[in-house]
Amino acid sequence: MSKKSPISTGAEWSFELIEKYDQEIGRIAAEYGLDTYPNQIEVITSEQMMDAYSSVGMPLNYNHWSYGKQFVETEQNYKRGRMGLAYEIVINSDPCISYLMEENTMTMQALVIAHACYGHNSFFKGNYLFQTWTDASAIIDYLLFAKSYIHRCEERHGVHAVEELLDSCHALMSYGVNRYVRPQPLTADEEKDRQQSREEYIQRHLNDLWNTIPKKEDGAPPPQARFPKEPEENLLYFIEKNAPLLEPWQREIVRIVRKVAQYFYPQKQTQVMNEGWACFWHYTLLHHMHDEGLVTDGFMMEFLHSHTSVVYQPPFDSPYFNGINPYTLGFNMMQDIRRICENPTDEDREWFPEFAGTDWKATLDDAMRNYKDESFILQFLSPNLIRELKLFNIMDDSSRPTLEVTSIHDEEGYRKIRENLSAQYNLGNREPNIQVYNVDVRGDRSLTLRHFMHNQQPLAESTHEVLRHIHRLWGFDILLESVMPDGTVSKVYNCPEILSVGEMEQLI
Amino acid sequence: MSYIIDRRLNSKKKSTVNRQRFLRRYKKHIKEAVEDSVNRRSIKEIDQGGKITIPRKDISEPVFHHGNGGVRNKVFPGNKDFIVGDQFQRPEGGGGSGSGQGQASNQGEGEDEFTFQINQDEYLDFMFEGLELPYLVKKQLKQATQYETRRAGFTNAGSPDKIHVVRSLRAANARRIALSGKDRREIKRLTQEVEALKPQLPNDEIQQQIDELNERIEKLQLKLKRIPFLDDFDIKYNNMIKVPVPSSKAVMFCVMDVSGSMTQSVKDMAKRFFILLYLFLKRNYKQIEVVFVRHHTHAKEVDEQEFFYSRETGGTIVSSALDLSNQIIDERYSPADWNIYVAQASDGDNWDGDSLKCSEILQSALLKKIQYFAYVEITTGPHQNLWHEYEKVQSAWEEQFAMQQIKEPSDIFPVFRSLFEKKVEGAA
Repeated sequence: MSKKSPISTGAEWSFELIEKYDQEIGRIAAEYGLDTYPNQIEVITSEQMMDAYSSVGMPLNYNHWSYGKQFVETEQNYKRGRMGLAYEIVINSDPCISYLMEENTMTMQALVIAHACYGHNSFFKGNYLFQTWTDASAIIDYLLFAKSYIHRCEERHGVHAVEELLDSCHALMSYGVNRYVRPQPLTADEEKDRQQSREEYIQRHLNDLWNTIPKKEDGAPPPQARFPKEPEENLLYFIEKNAPLLEPWQREIVRIVRKVAQYFYPQKQTQVMNEGWACFWHYTLLHHMHDEGLVTDGFMMEFLHSHTSVVYQPPFDSPYFNGINPYTLGFNMMQDIRRICENPTDEDREWFPEFAGTDWKATLDDAMRNYKDESFILQFLSPNLIRELKLFNIMDDSSRPTLEVTSIHDEEGYRKIRENLSAQYNLGNREPNIQVYNVDVRGDRSLTLRHFMHNQQPLAESTHEVLRHIHRLWGFDILLESVMPDGTVSKVYNCPEILSVGEMEQLI
Repeated sequence: MSYIIDRRLNSKKKSTVNRQRFLRRYKKHIKEAVEDSVNRRSIKEIDQGGKITIPRKDISEPVFHHGNGGVRNKVFPGNKDFIVGDQFQRPEGGGGSGSGQGQASNQGEGEDEFTFQINQDEYLDFMFEGLELPYLVKKQLKQATQYETRRAGFTNAGSPDKIHVVRSLRAANARRIALSGKDRREIKRLTQEVEALKPQLPNDEIQQQIDELNERIEKLQLKLKRIPFLDDFDIKYNNMIKVPVPSSKAVMFCVMDVSGSMTQSVKDMAKRFFILLYLFLKRNYKQIEVVFVRHHTHAKEVDEQEFFYSRETGGTIVSSALDLSNQIIDERYSPADWNIYVAQASDGDNWDGDSLKCSEILQSALLKKIQYFAYVEITTGPHQNLWHEYEKVQSAWEEQFAMQQIKEPSDIFPVFRSLFEKKVEGAA
């Protein structure tokens, strides 16, 4: 390979240089076969970065106090020097918008371009979860629609009423997603058109449901069918469609929160992969540039310095330890897959016969497209990496007085650790599994939710407060039952809370 | 294909609305924090914004999550010497994550607290709440300095509405003269030459010379015409500058009874009163000094810390403080140079024989030298002789003497209403 001359040597960046770097990185990325949305690179100041931080990274969003809280917190921490801002934010949209901070050096800008504009971007475009669940071309328009709709509601019904509703919806945001059914794609225009007819339709449809209440006929009551027939996992969807007392505009807002939650749902499930993929590619692309002579040794030193701090994993007993660093895990797994493809050992051939020694680009591409964190780890975490990261598993059984180390990085432990780590990234395990179980359509209209317990883990203290939010949305009594796998109910929560006799007496 | 966009000039205050909503929602908490800090701050630092800390649990957004209990497996990195089957105690704090989470902080602010900054305006807003200040007054108090726009000569840059026509044309004229001097001199010389040649006419050769000369003159005149009548840099603008409105000096005497009967809560209320007076004065005067005089049976000039927070016991002789104030005025604050304000706070107690003396000092000495005397009695009980004596003073010196009983913070403001209405113009 003939050496070219470096694009730049200083630390200062300019728009011309960014353009040149982008061209070169884009060319190399295309050589490696990365398929991306067009890029829209936006240079912003640190204040704007703080704004972006506090509106979940989106360029626009509806107004809510919680974003204000986030903002004052970010501002305080940043000004006191307790945290640096991220070098970049990238948005899953078409074109893919990436923010570059004005304060970055040229090296950092190049790193961010490789990381965000080609790494994350190609992941957004290729991964099946993003393809199935989000519509990159419509999100910005939809948020614009949501912002102006909510603003109109505030004008018509008062800021306070809208804020209360949003609070309640936000409490249920994680339960506003369809995990299995593919949602309708978003389009802002259709949303607007359909919104009117939807309001009417729901209201009519709803009346049908509740109209059946007063009809009481003689004779034996018909066997009670549960409503909904099948448990519904999407609480917000169920509330939007069935809550008896909500006004049409309130249903629309529930829907907006639900749609936004759905948009972010894939990101929650692909954190390790997404960051790992982006880190792998900035590492690979910039090294390729160095090989071609496009960047200097000084550039590489600065780049490696920040790269290593990003992918550093503090050990479990370090004061900086804060869980497994998704960057480390993802990056190392991607590198490991490449190693297995290029230089497989006997162990690798035994564990990964289907791809050891094959073309690494095809293998990685396949991994990126067809997996999420949980399945990716289950499929690709190798004994080699488990040894390298010295992973071990601790079992915490509340019925026993001590914690126990159940697996370490040895022959017996590999599979166990791999399974446990994968389960750790299973959203179904991380978030309590709560579904709509029944509505007492003929009686007091109370809503029964069921918490299907996982490993006997109970709900946390915040549950009562969340129930109050559900109660606000539903308008009638709420019941939440924690159910063991064998079907026995282990705990019941009520909202409004039913007081025991003793508590009643105290009140009187 | 990539687009690169410079967004740095876009607005950066996108979060303002959200921030305000956050402040509004936690008004109660913030107000508590502000009141707390009012009590800790010096009067002179009162209007500087500040750090607000509220408990994090009060602002959390609840979501469903798992509580402690059940069976959980967790994978950790960086094994050192664990082997399968090792057992150890659950670390404190539950969560079952054998690690050092829940960092302690050495900066006085742990995970349980949520701290952020509010600016001066917001700070004062929260502080004034409850004092029931009219909106206009609030606004005026927040303005730090008043400015007046004045003319200050001319500049070469400015907006079109500030163009000074005469100056501009004069400059244009000067430029034209300066630029055309050489050519005009040449024309003059050539014309003279032509005039000199004319007597020799008619003569073909001479005629030819004259024609040539005329041609050159014409060329030069054309050149002169090309000098623009008015050029960009001729235009002069009126220069306007902002000057702070000149205002004079003021001194504020804070006089407070610190005898045993004054409790800390009464003192805190008094502090509000002094703060408000300070802010009123600050708006009107460039330079303010504050003198703290406290008294029980003796009066003493002290610093702010001692004034508000040191404890004293003993009887009460108010006249001692008035005497001392009078003395200080004579020594340091000549009424010719200073606007003098005295604010007195007390719970109404005074030694029986002393009230008459107070009224004497006021009427014969003090009130003649000062702009305004404000007395607040912070009590819920019946009035005592000092109040009755002061009532007499007030009827005689309505312009300069104000008194008010304060039961709660909202009573403080009426004292200022009269002060503000009457004194603002005189002071500015």
